Amino acid sequence: MNNTPQSENVLEIKDLFIAYEPGRYAVKEVSASIKRNRITAIMGPSGCGKSTLLRGMNRMHELYPNIETKGDITLDGQSIFSMSVIELRRRVGMVFQRPNPFPNMTIYENVVAGFSLNDIRLKKNQRDEIVENALRNVALWDEVKESLYRKGTFLSGGQQQRLCVARAIAFNPDVLLLDEPTSALDPVATSKIEDLLGELKEKYTLVLVTHNMSQAARISDESMFMYLGELVESGPTGTLFTTPKDSRTEAYLTGKFG
Amino acid sequence: MELTDNIRRRSRTNNRFRYLVIAGSVITIIPIFLIVGNLAVKGYRQINLAFFTKPAPDTFQAMMAAVNGEIIPGGIANGLTGSLLMVLLASLLAIPLGLMTGIYIYENESKKYARFIRSLTEILQGVPSIILGIIAYLWIVKNITRGYSALAGSVSLTIMMLPLIIRSTEETMRMIPLSIREAAFALGTPYYKMIYKILIPVSFSGLATGVLLALSRILGETAPLMLTALGSPAISFDITRPVSAVPLLIWDFYNDPNMVNLVWSASLFLMVFVLSMNLLARSVASKHKYI
Amino acid sequence: MSGDRITKGLLFLSSLTILLLSAGIVVSLLGGALQAFREFGLRFIISPAWNPTAGSEEYGAMSFIAGTVITSILALIICIPMAFSTSLFIAEYFRGTRTSGILRSLVDLLAGIPSIVYGFWGFYALRPLLVATGLTDQGFGVFTASLVLAIMIVPYATSLSAEIISMVPAELKEAAYSLGATRREVIFSVVIPSARSGIIASFILALGRALGETMAVTMLIGNANVIPKGLFAPGNTMASVIANQFGEASGLKMSALIAVGLLLFLITALVNYLGKLIIKRFA
Repeated sequence: MNNTPQSENVLEIKDLFIAYEPGRYAVKEVSASIKRNRITAIMGPSGCGKSTLLRGMNRMHELYPNIETKGDITLDGQSIFSMSVIELRRRVGMVFQRPNPFPNMTIYENVVAGFSLNDIRLKKNQRDEIVENALRNVALWDEVKESLYRKGTFLSGGQQQRLCVARAIAFNPDVLLLDEPTSALDPVATSKIEDLLGELKEKYTLVLVTHNMSQAARISDESMFMYLGELVESGPTGTLFTTPKDSRTEAYLTGKFG
Repeated sequence: MELTDNIRRRSRTNNRFRYLVIAGSVITIIPIFLIVGNLAVKGYRQINLAFFTKPAPDTFQAMMAAVNGEIIPGGIANGLTGSLLMVLLASLLAIPLGLMTGIYIYENESKKYARFIRSLTEILQGVPSIILGIIAYLWIVKNITRGYSALAGSVSLTIMMLPLIIRSTEETMRMIPLSIREAAFALGTPYYKMIYKILIPVSFSGLATGVLLALSRILGETAPLMLTALGSPAISFDITRPVSAVPLLIWDFYNDPNMVNLVWSASLFLMVFVLSMNLLARSVASKHKYI
Repeated sequence: MSGDRITKGLLFLSSLTILLLSAGIVVSLLGGALQAFREFGLRFIISPAWNPTAGSEEYGAMSFIAGTVITSILALIICIPMAFSTSLFIAEYFRGTRTSGILRSLVDLLAGIPSIVYGFWGFYALRPLLVATGLTDQGFGVFTASLVLAIMIVPYATSLSAEIISMVPAELKEAAYSLGATRREVIFSVVIPSARSGIIASFILALGRALGETMAVTMLIGNANVIPKGLFAPGNTMASVIANQFGEASGLKMSALIAVGLLLFLITALVNYLGKLIIKRFA
């Protein structure tokens, strides 16, 4: 982990362009800073590029073969395109929209999946410690400590999602990216996850894509509004919601388009 | 640093595996080029008009030609007519039966009986063709034509075609959107008219593909014909007598060292014909993608 | 409406054909094999004898069962790495690209080549190569037959495996990628465990195809009516002994051959049923 004096911004996005096919840009000239130990929400209507932008931050967008990227993103000053993608993904973790614990692994194995997938050997007591810490951090420990060696499919949607968060933070990443993490969950599970995110920001930096602006208003410190691939406006959540500077932002926030 | 070592090692394994996958795939398709190449190079010489119009030569003629370095006289005409005869007959039997059974299974999916018939069809599809030859022998050669015959050969081919046509009919029907049937019924179409006027015409290209694929499968079959049609040097259309077929001729030529050149040509022809039919079936399927 | 009645009746009648055919096949095979089983009892199944001399005829199916099983399983073993890498090529590495479409068509072409052409090509082109390696003097035998058989069943194993692999949900793969796994690691830790039963089923079905193959095997296996003594020794399979000897057989010998056919039918039906069962349970 970092021992150097830490800057206020963990991630700097500089003039980023991402195109799925030549000429059609999903992300256009976006520049932004993600503040450390804060929750930053990225909002916007369907197709505005928010998921693409999020995935750019851990280079998951490169899974598409014809993708074109221009501009840069730096993590603690270092360009993410110049470091090994494996190292990047250890420092920037991701939680997905639909809970996706690995069905062929037990709960225990799921939490340390990052280590086993990366061929990192740990002693048993190291592993046990990581599993317990991660599960405690997501408030799942008491619920599953008796069933660590069962496959996770019996867990409810909300519990599975918390397991996925545990899996992502087992590495102790700097940043946690969340792509609409509660849209597949019921309201009770959603509020539990939202509470969890509020606790997690003490240790990690969170970037959250959400299509639910009230969620953004509830839990985020900073907000970014995207429309048609462009970053229209960004700033502290309270300010953005009460006094949006751009008319498009205002139209979105008042429900003129969804 | 330990971390970078680990990453470097894993990247190397990753790349090596990728090469293995590509290498394995290339090795897999090499035989096609070898086979087609070999056949083309060695077989084109014997292919001329006589190849298609003259019946197979006898071994003496072939030996004389080989000794003199000439093209073997004769061709595969008796095989062509025999194959044509048996495939036609088999189609006449299998297509209507297969079509109707396929429609029956599709229309009655909820009934246990229909699902049972479907399982039987799947089992039938897996029966080795030589066994169907035994069956056709027992049923036709022994009891009906009292001797090897084109009819027996056709019956074995029919049994081979049936499951293929039934499966493809059923699958094609499944892809028709329900809304088309409902629209027909909403206009007051009676059930039987719906089948003849809507169901079948709409799925026609899918059905045609199924038939073409079944045909390409049986055109290359040899084993069952060895026990039923036997083979004959004459060009004949009598279904109660033995008859030749292109694959049978290949087998005869193969067993006679004088006829080697003819085997290459006959094999080349058979392979090209079967593969063309295959490609035809595929292009029919893709052109009418909407069903 | 009588038009409806007639149609429904016709459709039902045609479904009966399958029923009658299946029953007829089983009955005829049993009936034809009866003489052999009456003469030799169930010992027929495990006896490797095959002696057609008049006066001391003795027949048994074991040589051919052994030949069939050995060649088919060997063919499957040879086929597995090829089918596995090709299906990964099509469904993972080059998924959706034109290259994978071309590869897929080429592999399908392999399935379209008639069996007798394979046998013939194996005889004239492959055999001399194997003789040149010195492993075998004539080139006939279990190995040659299995090699050609492997090439023949590759398309079946590949197409089904590729389909199963492409059905693995993208989100599972993404989760693994997001944890920093390399492509190969994602394949081995997520894709294969997920697709495991489907892949196994596709290999079992390919085995079912191999069991019933006749012509190519007949032309390459050496036609020795004994249990094969070694990898490059000649032998015979159930299908090829029938193809070779049925034409001139009669009486007890024919009954023995039909009995062999019955056993082949049962083994093939069992293997195919197993494969389909695994697919249904998986999907």
